[in-house]
Amino acid sequence: MQTLLQNLLNGIAAGSIYALIALGYTMVYGILKLINFAHGDVFMLGSFAGYYAGNWFVAKVTGHASFGTAAVVLLLSMIACGLFGFINERVAYRPLRNSPRIASLITAIGVSFFLEYGGQMLFGADPKFFPTLIPKHIITFAGITTTNYQLIVLVVAVAFMALLQYIVYGTKFGRAMRAVSFNYETASLMGIPTDRVISLTFVIGSTLAAVAGILYGLSYPKIDPLMGIMPGLKAFVAAVLGGIGNVPGAVLGGLIIGVIEAFVGGSQFSNYRDAIAFVILIVILLFRPSGLFGKYQPEKV
Amino acid sequence: MKNKWFVLATALLAVIFTACPPKNEGGGTTATGGGGGDILVGEYGSLSGNQATFGQATHNGIIMAMDEVNAAGGINGRKIKVLTEDDQSKQEEAANAVSKLISQNNVTAVLGEVASSASMAAGPICQSNKVPMITPSSTNEAVTKRGDYIFRVCFIDNYQGPVMARFATQNLKSKRGAILTDVKNDYSTGLTTVIEEIFNSTGGRIVGKQSYSNGDADFRPQLTTIKAANPDVIFIPGYYGDVAQIVSQARDLGIKVPFVGGDGWESPKLLEIGGKAMDGCYYANHYFQGDPAPSVREFVQKYSQRFKVTPGALDALGYDAARVLADAMKRAKTIDGPSIRDAIAETKGFAGVTGVITLGPDRNPVGKKIVVIAIKNGQLTLDTTIDPNAPSGAATATGTTGTAKTSS
Repeated sequence: MQTLLQNLLNGIAAGSIYALIALGYTMVYGILKLINFAHGDVFMLGSFAGYYAGNWFVAKVTGHASFGTAAVVLLLSMIACGLFGFINERVAYRPLRNSPRIASLITAIGVSFFLEYGGQMLFGADPKFFPTLIPKHIITFAGITTTNYQLIVLVVAVAFMALLQYIVYGTKFGRAMRAVSFNYETASLMGIPTDRVISLTFVIGSTLAAVAGILYGLSYPKIDPLMGIMPGLKAFVAAVLGGIGNVPGAVLGGLIIGVIEAFVGGSQFSNYRDAIAFVILIVILLFRPSGLFGKYQPEKV
Repeated sequence: MKNKWFVLATALLAVIFTACPPKNEGGGTTATGGGGGDILVGEYGSLSGNQATFGQATHNGIIMAMDEVNAAGGINGRKIKVLTEDDQSKQEEAANAVSKLISQNNVTAVLGEVASSASMAAGPICQSNKVPMITPSSTNEAVTKRGDYIFRVCFIDNYQGPVMARFATQNLKSKRGAILTDVKNDYSTGLTTVIEEIFNSTGGRIVGKQSYSNGDADFRPQLTTIKAANPDVIFIPGYYGDVAQIVSQARDLGIKVPFVGGDGWESPKLLEIGGKAMDGCYYANHYFQGDPAPSVREFVQKYSQRFKVTPGALDALGYDAARVLADAMKRAKTIDGPSIRDAIAETKGFAGVTGVITLGPDRNPVGKKIVVIAIKNGQLTLDTTIDPNAPSGAATATGTTGTAKTSS
């Protein structure tokens, strides 16, 4: 029972990071019908921005780790990734807006490789140690052991998901986003500045990836330029599982993947951890081809 | 999906590389073997990727050894030139790198890799081209079974595994062991089998077995299950990057028992990433940088002067492998694959930094030195040395671990 609860907690903590990354995939897909394969690497970029900002801050400014440092580092990393998201969309995707969708897809793969191998050149290929931004405490209650880190990950992730939910459903910009997602051409005819909406969507998605990158660095402090590949892939699966293009679906998908992984990882089948997560995805998609929350739209010929 | 495309592309490349026969088969090696000019030696290693520090350390060791050989007059007047290929810590890339070194660069001999999986992927290519290969630090037994052109200068897992298991049952008095294995890694799965067998037969019992894949980040689920089995020692026969994360997550979950590992732990990153969590853990290794032996002291001094860091076991093994190769080249009748192979096979009593190297009929060193390193207060300290070549009494073996069976 304790093991069960412990693994549930482990799964939710890992899953909330997947969920944050999955949001970026799902938002861009919802609007552009583009799978932004570079998104996992933007997450890596967020971690590295946090690595440099954190080390610099602890060494030069505050001299010690604290919540204040962590908040500033988070903000800096979000700005860096947001900026990258903006430039990325401008340079790599906007010129291809009216080309066949496969062109943007291949460009996304190119950007992904650019970040992975450029990162190895710039940051070095060996793993780096993510700085301890907040002193770590071990918390034990009812036989379950956790750290303040896992709780921080949960709280921060939920806070940013709630913020996104508010932006999408509670603001004028969110309404514009949903309109563009519903029908790009009609939205532009109605006077919605579609280019600006798309640009901002990329910025928001990349910012969330930065948050995920920092939370990941805190929990698993070994970071390297190729670290984005696997979490990126899993988050993509989470987005598909929840119904790609659907915001609550991405969150739920991330949590499901995280919890399944934790339970499989803790069982005697731990060497099939990745395989079982993907098999469950296939099974769900067999019964619900558009994901848990997605709407199934048969194509008319 | 990106990964699928990537794998497809690599597979295609691998097919193209391996399917094309080397253009000057035989001719290539004799061309360089004939007259003057530099002797080309190929090196492939993990200069980037998950085991980057392994490859970089080995590379420094090799370069330093070859520079010394060249400064001392080279091989009968000819200089050695090392050509290095990065395999990105991937075994399929290791095969590509070695194919390129042999078929395009016509190297006379090959040095590499650290990871057994990579050495096993590249070994058959060296074998079929009759190019001798020396792996500095691949410890899986099967590596040198790939053929009679494949050698190594380190001990094998059938030797280090029992030392780890006996160290736990006899020195740590452990009764209940757990093992966490990297399933994608031949080194780790090989060691797991040996550790389990010896631990069970020397008074302990393996109560938990879990696995992970190299590069995973979250090990809490496996550790939660292991914790429930209540072991008093946990073996991680894996690589430093994962080990550091596993141990620190274990401490977060309240697991306080010692962790025991093998030479895959050897990296400065182990303590950098693992930090305080690593205190009270032990690992078997080829060499200890604080060893008072004169050969080690001299090597550490020369190395740290040149590279500004203290060398670990992989640097030392890279250095030894390169020097064994150079020594064989000096003794070889001609500089070509078969003659060098024969000369390497005759290596006897070679005084390496990691101990005396005598290659046996299975092309593995016979009775090499092994040390157990304890981590205390964030420092590596020497716990036990087992040196079958040392005169009795000189070795600081505790007697109990000194009986570890040597592999044949």
